[in-house]
Amino acid sequence: MPYRHTLANSVYGFESLKQLLAKASPARSGDQLAGIAADSEQERVAAQMALAEVPLKHFLNEALVPYESDEVTRLIIDDHDTRAFQPVSHLSVGDFRNWLLSDQADESALTGLAPGLVPEMVAAVSKLMRIQDLILVARKCRVVTRFRNTIGLEGRLATRLQPNHPTDDPTGIAASILDGLLYGSGDAVIGINPASDSLTAVTTLMKMLDDIINKYQIPTQSCLLAHVTTHLEAIRRGAPVDLVFQSIAGTEQANASFGINLGLLAEAHQAALALGRGTLGDNVMYFETGQGSALSADAHHDLDQQTCEARAYAVARKFRPLLVNTVVGFIGPEYLFDGKQIIRAGLEDHFCGKLLGLPMGCDVCYTNHAEADQNDMDILLTLLGTAGCNFIMGIPGSDDVMLNYQTTSFHDALYLRRVLGLRPAPEFESWLQQMGIFENGELCGSERALPRPFRRALDRLD
Amino acid sequence: MSAKPTPPVIDNPWRQLRRFTDARIALGRAGVSVPTQPHLEFQLAHAQARDAVHLPLDAKGLVRRLTAGGYPSLRLRSSAPDRAHYLQRPDLGRRLDRPSRARLEQAFADDSVTFDLAFVIADGLSALAVHHHAVSFLDAITPMLRQEGWSIAPLVLVEQGRVAIGDEVAVVMRAEMVAVLIGERPGLSSPDSLGVYFTYHPHPGCSDAERNCLSNIRQQGLAYAVAAHKLHYLMSAARRRKLSGVNLKDEAETSAESPVIGTGTGNFLTEG
Repeated sequence: MPYRHTLANSVYGFESLKQLLAKASPARSGDQLAGIAADSEQERVAAQMALAEVPLKHFLNEALVPYESDEVTRLIIDDHDTRAFQPVSHLSVGDFRNWLLSDQADESALTGLAPGLVPEMVAAVSKLMRIQDLILVARKCRVVTRFRNTIGLEGRLATRLQPNHPTDDPTGIAASILDGLLYGSGDAVIGINPASDSLTAVTTLMKMLDDIINKYQIPTQSCLLAHVTTHLEAIRRGAPVDLVFQSIAGTEQANASFGINLGLLAEAHQAALALGRGTLGDNVMYFETGQGSALSADAHHDLDQQTCEARAYAVARKFRPLLVNTVVGFIGPEYLFDGKQIIRAGLEDHFCGKLLGLPMGCDVCYTNHAEADQNDMDILLTLLGTAGCNFIMGIPGSDDVMLNYQTTSFHDALYLRRVLGLRPAPEFESWLQQMGIFENGELCGSERALPRPFRRALDRLD
Repeated sequence: MSAKPTPPVIDNPWRQLRRFTDARIALGRAGVSVPTQPHLEFQLAHAQARDAVHLPLDAKGLVRRLTAGGYPSLRLRSSAPDRAHYLQRPDLGRRLDRPSRARLEQAFADDSVTFDLAFVIADGLSALAVHHHAVSFLDAITPMLRQEGWSIAPLVLVEQGRVAIGDEVAVVMRAEMVAVLIGERPGLSSPDSLGVYFTYHPHPGCSDAERNCLSNIRQQGLAYAVAAHKLHYLMSAARRRKLSGVNLKDEAETSAESPVIGTGTGNFLTEG
């Protein structure tokens, strides 16, 4: 057994780095379903103690998914920046935790370190961390991205306005957009999950969002959460594509189950860049991820779901995204059973993504068959705000009537901004003030006549 | 005289938009928070969805209603012993438990008997959906099939079942295709949505790409008659082309009626 730890009279052995990581993972239903979780609480801690002794360098030598057969592994190894890794290259996983928590690891040190870290190192150290560690370290990281506004600045929290409708009805979607804008939501992106993935439906909605953004001069960007190949075709046909969307995962095989590979993502990235639609910056990609996706595609290679998730961030990192969203509670209780597991997973994902240099946001969410409720979401929301999360979702009354799950509401974002003193992206905040929606960084104090341009739009309906 | 204090709940002057969407828009606010009434309405919707997930299937009552409706049925169980296992171990919900398997094999021991089609009813994630819609949906689809002379296997009812359990059932019954009527994951506004998963030549290990799905069968969703019409179309096409799933879908969708158009007037934010 290459990895072992002795507790009292028991010797715990682990036959591979992969097994050690799985056994060291805080409990979650997905790893149990995969049959790779620790068999007892003591075995879990023994694995964590053995993991703490593993040199970080070792993660560059023992590939968890074979280099030869997995392009994500090749990306991770080939793009590793040895010089950036230097400051921590002599450390073990346990010492790395201490270093991250220490005052040496300030914002500039962590920014410089990001290209020197591989996902497996970051996943490993997260397994030794408590929730307060995940918050404290992530809060020190700063990842700022730009398209038509600036996302990720200190003291800011952006929201994705998610105006989904079960039949993609334009009036219904416009109603939710107006509701969101008047509640100060939409600076990260106005992003629709279309009910239909047909090209006509998708390009119609792209045009609709583009018209709204232009007409009201909103400093934000739009996105249709359709497949990357749909975006490529939409771009070819001249549709107004701001951000290209794709769900991604941490193994080549899991990505194949999504119908994508790195080459296809690179093609889409180039196509979006060529449009040059960003006014402040050229971060043109929006990625979504979530623990359990590799296992659900039976493409996890016996790797634990949190390490698989961190590997997805290596894919994201390659394409300098504007937004990376971990949709933490959407996948269901087979992977994250209850509020406790969802809360921890959301903070792990945010921590791992930030440490790897990604603009992390989180879809703080749950389905009705998970053991979770609004109280759990309030906890995760508040903790993510404390951890410096770049953005969250915004949806009318927390209820997505198209995807049938619950995520954070427009009100939730206002709550978080108020308790933590957070503000929208600066360009968007200025627009909210100009429109008379915000004053002094908050919603206007009382019921008022609607801003005139929106009043006119509503009058047309009467 | 001091100024009149602002009322604690601030209403939104765009409530008229609620007629265009079921989304919870124009809720108003108390400070920046959801006011008490919409807050409690949300809590009730979530409670209904949660109760739907955990409501046990009334198998006895359902068998009685099926018998009365002229559908002889067999009652079986998956390998998931209870809801907690069902939710965490999808693999257990996909196969019959041992006594059920034995009963089914015994009932269909005569291998000279085959069927065109088997219907399987499973509780899935909402027994409520099965209670509300399974019999009515069968009443809509069965006459169309009987008229065309399809041989339909006795109905199978599975407790704690997932979609793929229909594959095992159909193989033992020697049915050429299977339609699984199953309770879908409840949404806040739809605790009783029934789904139908249809598979031609079902076999253990069937992938989802080999199935066709009709979703959202319920009072405010897909009507029984429309769903039955679509399923009949799919099954007839599958029989002709000897396949189901992604490859069948393309053809069926272009031939089916156009999707639901909303009641609205277009994007009022930029038009007009």
